[in-house]
Amino acid sequence: MNNLVDVAIEYGPTLLGGLKVSLTLTILSLALGLPIGLLFSFGVTAKNKAFRYISVFFVEVGRGAPALVLLQLMYYGLPNANLTLSSMASACLALTWTTAAYSAELIRGGMQSVPSGEIEGSHALGMSYRDCLRFVVIPQGLRIALPSLMGFAVLLFQATSLAYSVAVPELMSQAYSIGSSTFQYLPVFIVAGLLYAAISIPATWLSVGAERLLSRHL
Amino acid sequence: MEMLKAIAIGLPLTVLVTILALMIGTVVALPIVAGLRSRNRLIWLMSRGLVDLLRGIPPVVWLFMLYYGISIGAVRLSALQAGVLGLGVVAAAYLAEIFRGAISAVPKGQWEASSALGFHRATVWTRIVGPQTARAAIPAYTTFAIGLLKDSSIASTIGVSEIVFMSSQYARQSGSGILVFFVAAGIYILLSVPLGLLSRHLDVKMRKAVAR
Repeated sequence: MNNLVDVAIEYGPTLLGGLKVSLTLTILSLALGLPIGLLFSFGVTAKNKAFRYISVFFVEVGRGAPALVLLQLMYYGLPNANLTLSSMASACLALTWTTAAYSAELIRGGMQSVPSGEIEGSHALGMSYRDCLRFVVIPQGLRIALPSLMGFAVLLFQATSLAYSVAVPELMSQAYSIGSSTFQYLPVFIVAGLLYAAISIPATWLSVGAERLLSRHL
Repeated sequence: MEMLKAIAIGLPLTVLVTILALMIGTVVALPIVAGLRSRNRLIWLMSRGLVDLLRGIPPVVWLFMLYYGISIGAVRLSALQAGVLGLGVVAAAYLAEIFRGAISAVPKGQWEASSALGFHRATVWTRIVGPQTARAAIPAYTTFAIGLLKDSSIASTIGVSEIVFMSSQYARQSGSGILVFFVAAGIYILLSVPLGLLSRHLDVKMRKAVAR
């Protein structure tokens, strides 16, 4: 126990620096992945074949393949195509893909649960298809999808720990390098684990709270 | 073809890790569910805290703790043991939540009717609430199993030579990275298709067997 406190005090700053990288990676992937996910959520049911096939490919591979495979694909695979990215950029690209794929399905689920009367109503009022999407379907669909998107964001934050395998200096790789130089593996990993938990447990409560708040009138 | 062979060597371990972790998870989840349903505040709080902690810390951290951190004398867990145990314990927390949800989805009238008919507690669980719980849990359970299949790739980080481990090894020595990882991705997608079909089949069968 003393050991744990010592480790936390001595290596705390390094680990917190790693946590900052983890959070940055999470936020970047969400910021890039969610808009693409919105696009794909229309793509998988689009009439345009090229758009549909591309969307289905990215969504199915992004959801079907483990994040670890995508990370290694971007970091070790892309150099074969003469495209060498930094570890941070490749991790960001891989997690953006994962985010886009999962959020596309979550958003599509949200859109589908917008009552059809709303869409019929907007037709009856003579709204154009674009206005119907923009003012009726997308705002309501996103609101329905919000709790599950928040839940996914927590999982994504946890998935950034896999980016250690492509040498991103995030929390897990900081913990591992401290562990391998001091042989204090267990206390370091416990502190790192508690740091992850300190973010993801309250974030989970937040998503449960959002779900309660939004389903209040249902 | 050579590439496919090199990757396929990892297939048995991927399947093994997934199945063993699922079995550990299912068994360990049962006492946790009992704790989550307990009226004793202390037991409830402990189970709730355990589930939140297991789910709040990424699986990689658990695996590293078990693999690098735990040693009893000079004995350390092997990579496979640590991988299975770590993924199994994390799975237990997720499955406990799934089972808890499924139990609360059984209508209250079923409990009341069983006690009105004077059934024994054990009979209620095995003949009335149990089957209905299983039916309600199956879709979420198989979805989780498919997720676990993908999460079993995390065991490659501590050196379990499953699909991802074999692919990155092959990618490094052959220098055809893109294709290797796409093939690996394809294998995972192909593996999850039969699981999805099994889920639907079981669901249909249970729907017939257990009237709602």
